[in-house]
Amino acid sequence: MGELLRAAWAIAAKDVLLEFRSRTAFVSALVFTALVLAIFNFARDPTAVSAVDLAPGILWITFTFAGMLGLNRAFGLERENRALDGLLLSPASRTAIYVGKVLANLVFVGAVEAIALPLFALFFNVPILPVLGPLVLVIALATVGFVAVGTLMSSMAVNTRFAELMLPVLLLPFLVPPVTAAVQMTARLFAGRPFSEVSAWLRLLVGYDIIFVAACILFFESTIEE
Amino acid sequence: MTPTEAFERARRRSAVWIGIGLLLLATVYVRALVFTPAEVVQGLAQKIFYVHVPSAWVAFLAFGIVGVSSAVYLFLKDPRLDLFASSAAEVGMVFTTAVLVTGPIWGKPIWGTWWTWDARLTLTLFLWFVVLAYLVLRTAVHEPSQRARYSAVLGILGALLVPFIHVSVYLFRTVHPMPVVLRPGKPTLPGSMLATLLFSFAVFMLFFAALLWHRYALARLADARAHAAAERDDA
Repeated sequence: MGELLRAAWAIAAKDVLLEFRSRTAFVSALVFTALVLAIFNFARDPTAVSAVDLAPGILWITFTFAGMLGLNRAFGLERENRALDGLLLSPASRTAIYVGKVLANLVFVGAVEAIALPLFALFFNVPILPVLGPLVLVIALATVGFVAVGTLMSSMAVNTRFAELMLPVLLLPFLVPPVTAAVQMTARLFAGRPFSEVSAWLRLLVGYDIIFVAACILFFESTIEE
Repeated sequence: MTPTEAFERARRRSAVWIGIGLLLLATVYVRALVFTPAEVVQGLAQKIFYVHVPSAWVAFLAFGIVGVSSAVYLFLKDPRLDLFASSAAEVGMVFTTAVLVTGPIWGKPIWGTWWTWDARLTLTLFLWFVVLAYLVLRTAVHEPSQRARYSAVLGILGALLVPFIHVSVYLFRTVHPMPVVLRPGKPTLPGSMLATLLFSFAVFMLFFAALLWHRYALARLADARAHAAAERDDA
């Protein structure tokens, strides 16, 4: 277990360092996120629909698309110069490779979300500070499920034709439960409803995370066998 | 008899059964339209029930087959299981499409709308998307064993996804009729309608089995041809 986490950590650190040195993907994802948030402003009639009604959906569509940009990058990186072969030859187990990739993706997506959230609050005039604690919990839980499944799908998608198109086709149906739950909970939080009202959604989200993280760890090996 | 001849024979035999299935399907329509009483409230619109519901059952059965064959494939690595799973996915796709087409036709006169984001409609739609993703993924991977592994992983994850989508769409309100046969207690469907439904279900099962058999024989033929071509290239 300790061995696995050390190897996973090393792989995650490598990916984060690579991203930190170039910052191309991160900056592009941020610009994309800001643009999506700004463009959504034109999707509503401000005199008819209040911002707070649309805000939860906008927030999660933005997070989903921004996250997908990051996931496409994760294994595309290893494909160049066949770097994945090197990773597979290293003593790190397949599980460690998967966990490391998930950790690096979580850092990437989490960082984008951390910057996008204040921007979202500013653009749509949503008071996020009073519900910040529960909101961060919801975002964290949904992001874990999203990234766990997305990392597995991207490891398959990079080896197909039209990789950038394939990832959304594979991944989006799997995002229905976590994103629906997240949108519903976010909406209740913004509306000032008590957190207990969303317990069914919360259980669904936690159950999804547990089942899919376990299943993805189990089946990742099958996607990179040579 | 060479394997290719055996598959060729299976293909011809299953084609005969597809023909029998189509004939029986015609008798289902006759029985449903002529010999089954019309429903009091919905009238003739309800007749589509005898096609819609059996299609849905068969579609779910097909996805069960995809999930189970995928899981067993990852353990045994037998390429036949992969061909079987993909055949079931393709045939299941046809029946899911039938569900999604007959549903709105029934929904328009009864609910007053072609489409509504009801729990079971949404679930079926997303199942359709998952199977579509499965079939698209198969066309995008060239190497057969890699294609088999990828689609097996997607097949299993898709099967795991179904209960989650079910719960998440169920937490929205549903307007779908509650089950009238597979429910605790006795079926609420009147006897004559139940008989037609069960008859229709049996015919759909037979039709599905014939299509699956046929598709599988075709898959084995294509596989045998690909192997023969590879051997010729090597030689």
